[in-house]
Amino acid sequence: MNNEIEEAPLSTTAERRAVTQVAGVTPGQEWAIVARGLKREYDMGGEIVRALRGVDIAVRRNEYVAIMGPSGSGKSTLMNLIGCLDTPDAGEYWLNGTLVSDMSDDQLAHVRNKEIGFVFQTFNLLPRSTALQNVELPLVYAGVGSEERRARAKEALERVELGARLDHRPNELSGGQRQRVAIARALVNRPAILLADEPTGNLDSRTSEDIMRVFSGLSDHGQTVIMVTHEPDIAAHARRVIVLRDGVVETDERKEMFHERLNTFGSSVVG
Amino acid sequence: MRFYEAVRLALSTIRVQKLKSFFTLLGVMIGVMFLIAVVSIVEGMGHYMQDDLMGKLIPINTFNLRRTPDVQLGNIDRATWQEWQRRPRIREEDIAPVLAALPPGARAAVVSQNNLTVESRYVPKPKQVDASNVTAPWFDIKKMGVTEGRVFTAQEDAMGAPVVVIGTDVASYFFPSVDPIGRELRVGHIPYTVIGIAESQGSVFGQSLDKFIVAPFNSPLKRLTNRHGVIDGIMIQSPDETTMLATEDAVRSVMRARRKLLPEQKDNFVLETSDQDLEFWNKIKGYLVVAGIALPAIGLVVGAIVIMNIMLVAVAERTAEIGVRKALGARRKDILAQFLVESATLSTFGSAIGVVCGIGISAIIAAVSPLPTHVALWSIIVAVLLGAGVGIIAGVYPASRAALLDPITALRAE
Repeated sequence: MNNEIEEAPLSTTAERRAVTQVAGVTPGQEWAIVARGLKREYDMGGEIVRALRGVDIAVRRNEYVAIMGPSGSGKSTLMNLIGCLDTPDAGEYWLNGTLVSDMSDDQLAHVRNKEIGFVFQTFNLLPRSTALQNVELPLVYAGVGSEERRARAKEALERVELGARLDHRPNELSGGQRQRVAIARALVNRPAILLADEPTGNLDSRTSEDIMRVFSGLSDHGQTVIMVTHEPDIAAHARRVIVLRDGVVETDERKEMFHERLNTFGSSVVG
Repeated sequence: MRFYEAVRLALSTIRVQKLKSFFTLLGVMIGVMFLIAVVSIVEGMGHYMQDDLMGKLIPINTFNLRRTPDVQLGNIDRATWQEWQRRPRIREEDIAPVLAALPPGARAAVVSQNNLTVESRYVPKPKQVDASNVTAPWFDIKKMGVTEGRVFTAQEDAMGAPVVVIGTDVASYFFPSVDPIGRELRVGHIPYTVIGIAESQGSVFGQSLDKFIVAPFNSPLKRLTNRHGVIDGIMIQSPDETTMLATEDAVRSVMRARRKLLPEQKDNFVLETSDQDLEFWNKIKGYLVVAGIALPAIGLVVGAIVIMNIMLVAVAERTAEIGVRKALGARRKDILAQFLVESATLSTFGSAIGVVCGIGISAIIAAVSPLPTHVALWSIIVAVLLGAGVGIIAGVYPASRAALLDPITALRAE
């Protein structure tokens, strides 16, 4: 493991420190995410694209993290790995204290169901289902009985202030409302992390602010939030910003409001 | 619950896209419709053959000792025909030994029959009528009662009294405006007195069974129905179903002994049962059922191909949805099940419509043609199962394609 990390193209002392510190972290319950030396390559018609070249990230519970980077930086690939939609070619990924990097497809499906709440840029609601049915969906795959499912889905929609729109279909809702349905859906199974991919990419700036307020509120209530975005003003809402470039972590900055003691765990590095 | 949801989804697809669904399901619908209709015709004819036709010609637990079968359905080959012609006739001398061999409780009636000219003074034109001379138990065995008058007694039979029981058609033809009872009817120029009118026997294949007259066995008619000493056969009814075979065996061994047949020689007489006569029908039924399955099968295969196509389109259209479902925790088998249930629901829905149409067609056939139809419960069950089966088979490939989709690729699809 350490050998691989040493091979990673590291240039600055700051990055080296990040690696050492992540390497020192013991994956456990207080860590939502511990990733070490994540590598992922794609074969694009004979040409090998090295999307991730050894990424180390540790995210505590309750953190609110934005992942940024220009296109081609590997942030989508990292997002897929964090979201358990894909597995790394090399490296370890611990989610909520469980090693998930070498799980089978069905095990990953289970992890996605239990531990991850997805929010997508295009909302990705099922068009023919009502808001309530959309929010119930993760509970369906979790095998929750219909009455409890309904009650929990309703509660989740009420939390995002859509209690009056339960039986509306997506095309009867505004963009912001749709995204809030998606957030309710992401949260209904009480996941370890809320994973948002450009959550405001399809929304106007006012609605975007609205959604960001929802995220901040969730974070304040202890929800771990990881958000991929290329908009700096959206990323500014997060309390920690990780910037990827060419498949490695370029910078990893924490906002001042975070407690001093976190630094001793070294989950954050000032680049 | 997930099953219910997939069914609901499939039904809502049908509701939203009525015309497309109709064309999608046409193959299955037609296949199932034919299956139901053909089976109902075959079954209807089967019931008819068994209950009406054979029940009327040969009563229950009854067999006829005859030279050749009375009821001949289907083609009889030349060799069989020639063998039949070489057989000795059943004779009056055979009657006593056969009756002596019957178990207690068995009934027997001697039968001779011919088509004879019948005339009455009330109608100028004589007519050919099925005329039989039988012994008295004949009415009991055939459970034939009279609507007017009476049947003849064993005494009248023994005396050879010239009395006759006539069918309703004979009564209405020869006695158009008078009560036939006590009136004269000339059978082969022999004057007979009508003593009873038999209950209507209905008809088979549009042929009335009421154009007959029955006289006592020993009455003068005997000389006209068969050569001297010869009879057509003996109708024997065993006491119940369990003794049927034993009764047949008893009669067979008496006849074989009288004919001095060696063990390796075949019977040169028949013990005709309704089952034997139905054998031919069962053979035809076999062919009909094969045809009744082959034709719908074509419809079902076409239906399966169309459904597979539609499901492939559905998978392509809903790739993003599949991605979302996978992201939310659907396993491969969940996706597989979803699409299998959907295609099975579609197909079962189509077969349900087919069942309804099939029942409708068989009702129409029964109403406008003499063909009797009878919708068999098993054919409905088979049709619905077939529908579901076709859906599942047609759905396997599209569903497994959906299940194997990479979640990332699927999510990115628009």
